[in-house]
Amino acid sequence: MTELAIAAEGLRKSYGDKTVLDGVDLAVPEGTIFCLLGPNGAGKTTAVKILSTLISPDPASGRIRVGGHDLATEAQALRAAIGVTGQFSAVDSLITGEENMLLMADLHHLSKHEGRQVTARLLERFDLTEAAKKPASTYSGGMKRRLDIAMTLVGNPRIIFLDEPTTGLDPRSRHNMWRIVRELVSDGVTVFLTTQYLEEADELADRIAVLNDGRVAAEGTAEELKRLVPGGHVRLRFTDPAAYRSAATALREASRDDEALALQLPSDGSQRELRSILDRLDSAGIEADELTVHTPDLDDVFFALTGGAGVPDQPKESVR
Amino acid sequence: MSSLSLAVRDCSTMLRRNLLHARRYPSLTLNLLLTPVMLLLLFVYIFGDTMSAGIGGGGPDRTEYIAYIVPGLLLMTVGSTVVGTAVSVSNDMTEGIIARFRTMAIHRGSVIVGHVIGSVLQSIISVVLVGALAVAIGFRSTDATVLEWLAAFGLLVLFAMALTWIAVGMGLVSPNAEAAGNNAMPLILLPLLSSAFVPIDAMPGWFQPIAEYQPFTPAIETLRGLLLGSGIGNNGWLAVVWCLGLAVLGYFWSTSKFNDDPK
Repeated sequence: MTELAIAAEGLRKSYGDKTVLDGVDLAVPEGTIFCLLGPNGAGKTTAVKILSTLISPDPASGRIRVGGHDLATEAQALRAAIGVTGQFSAVDSLITGEENMLLMADLHHLSKHEGRQVTARLLERFDLTEAAKKPASTYSGGMKRRLDIAMTLVGNPRIIFLDEPTTGLDPRSRHNMWRIVRELVSDGVTVFLTTQYLEEADELADRIAVLNDGRVAAEGTAEELKRLVPGGHVRLRFTDPAAYRSAATALREASRDDEALALQLPSDGSQRELRSILDRLDSAGIEADELTVHTPDLDDVFFALTGGAGVPDQPKESVR
Repeated sequence: MSSLSLAVRDCSTMLRRNLLHARRYPSLTLNLLLTPVMLLLLFVYIFGDTMSAGIGGGGPDRTEYIAYIVPGLLLMTVGSTVVGTAVSVSNDMTEGIIARFRTMAIHRGSVIVGHVIGSVLQSIISVVLVGALAVAIGFRSTDATVLEWLAAFGLLVLFAMALTWIAVGMGLVSPNAEAAGNNAMPLILLPLLSSAFVPIDAMPGWFQPIAEYQPFTPAIETLRGLLLGSGIGNNGWLAVVWCLGLAVLGYFWSTSKFNDDPK
C-alpha cells in the first residue's frame, strides 16, 4: 500500500458557536489528485488553511499528518513539504512577476544561480516570460493564477494544495489549469484540490470527497459516487401536444412534464433499453421530436447528497 | 547553514522586498516628509521671530528659534515616517502573499523584521533629508563633538526602532490601511504636546505633566543637549529607557499578533 500524503482524523474548526468543520476524516495517497467538492461555505477553504498550517485546528481534532509530519509538533517540516495556492492570489502585486519568483527562490534558500534558472524555467513553462518584467498588478486573472502556481512550484513541493484554482477563470484558462494540474501529478506530486465545479472534480480527481456543512457527505471515485444515485433516464420531447398526450398514454411509467411537453423514463442508457422504448413508440405510431439520454453525473450525486441546500453557483446541466 | 544564518537570510530577503516596494512607490515616503518639512518652514519663517523673542528672552531673531525646534522636528520626522509603516504593514497584511509566507518554511518573524529594519532605514533617510534642510536654512551644531554627533545619531536610530515596533503592532491590529493611519496618528501628534516647539515651563501648569511624561520630551531634550550643548540631566537615561521599553513592548505585541491565526 502506498503512503498517505495527507491523513487527518476528525478535523474540527469552529468560530464561536459557528461550526465550520465538524469532524472531517481525510486520507490522500501519494501521487494522486484528491478533490474536496462542495458549495460555498461548506468548509473547503478552512480545511485547506488548516492542512497548510495557516490556521490552527480546534483542539478536539484528531491527529493530522501531512507529508508524514505531524501538524501540531512538526509544523515547519510540514511547511517544507507543501506548496499552497490559495483562493485569493498570493502574489506580491507591487513587484514584477520575475521579482516574485526570485523572492520565492530566496526564501527557499536557493543560490542566486539556481534561483535565476528555476525562475526562467518556470516562467517559460507557465507562458509568463514575456510579462516577466511587468508588475504583477497588471496581470490578467489567468496570468496571476499561473504566476501563483509557478511561485508555489519553486520549492519543488511534494504536496500541493490548490484552493479553487479555476474560480473566476475563463474556459480557456480553466482548461489550461487542468492541464497544469495533470502535469503536476505525472511528476509524482500529490494534489489536494478544492472546487465547487462538479465537472472539474470529475475531470481531474482520483478520489472525491463531497463536503457539505462541515461534514463529508460521501467519498469515493467519481464512478463510485455516481453509482450512489439512480439518476439515469431517457427524456423525450414533443412539439405537438397531441403526440405528447398519446406518448404519455403509451409509456405509462414515464414521469410527465406537461409544460415542456416532455416525458422522462428511468433507463441505464443501454442499447437494449433504448430500443425497447423506441419500439413501443413505433408501435403506437408516435414520433418524438427529440430524444436525449441522461446518465447520472456528479450533479445528481451532489444534489442527492446535499439535499438541495446550498446549491452550487452553476446552472444544472440537464443533458449529457 | 545554521538556523540563525537562515533566519538572517530570510530577514534580509524580506527587507529587500520592503525596500523594493519603497523604491518602486516612493510617493508614500515623500508624502510623510511633507509634515515635518512644512512645520519647519512654518515655524521658522512665519512664527520664527515672535517665538524667538518669547523663548530666548532675546531679540526678534529667528536663528535662535531654528536651533530650538530642529531637534524636536528631527524626532517628529521619525514619528511621521512610522505612521507610514503602520499603513504599509496593514496594507501588506491584506495581501495574499502574506498567507503564502505563513505556509512556507521560513523564519516566522522575518516578515515583521523586514518591515522594522526597512522602516528604520527610511526614518534615517528622512531624518537626514530634514536635517539637511534645517542646515540649509541656518541650523548649526558646530559646538558638538564627534562623540556627541554619534550619540545623537544613535539616539535617533534607537528612537526610530522603538516607534517602528509600536507602529508595526498598530498596523497589525488595524483592519485596514485607513484605520492604521488613524491609530498611528498619536505618533505624529505627540511631538506637538512636547517640548519640541515651546519649553514646558511656558505651558499651563496642569498640562506640564502630560508634556513631561511622554517619550518625545526626554528624547528631544537629550538630542538638544547633544547637538547644542544645553543641559541633558536625567533626560539621557529617561530617553533610553523609554526607547527600550517601547521597543520591547512593540516587539512582543507585534510578534504575538502576527502569530495569531489570520482572520
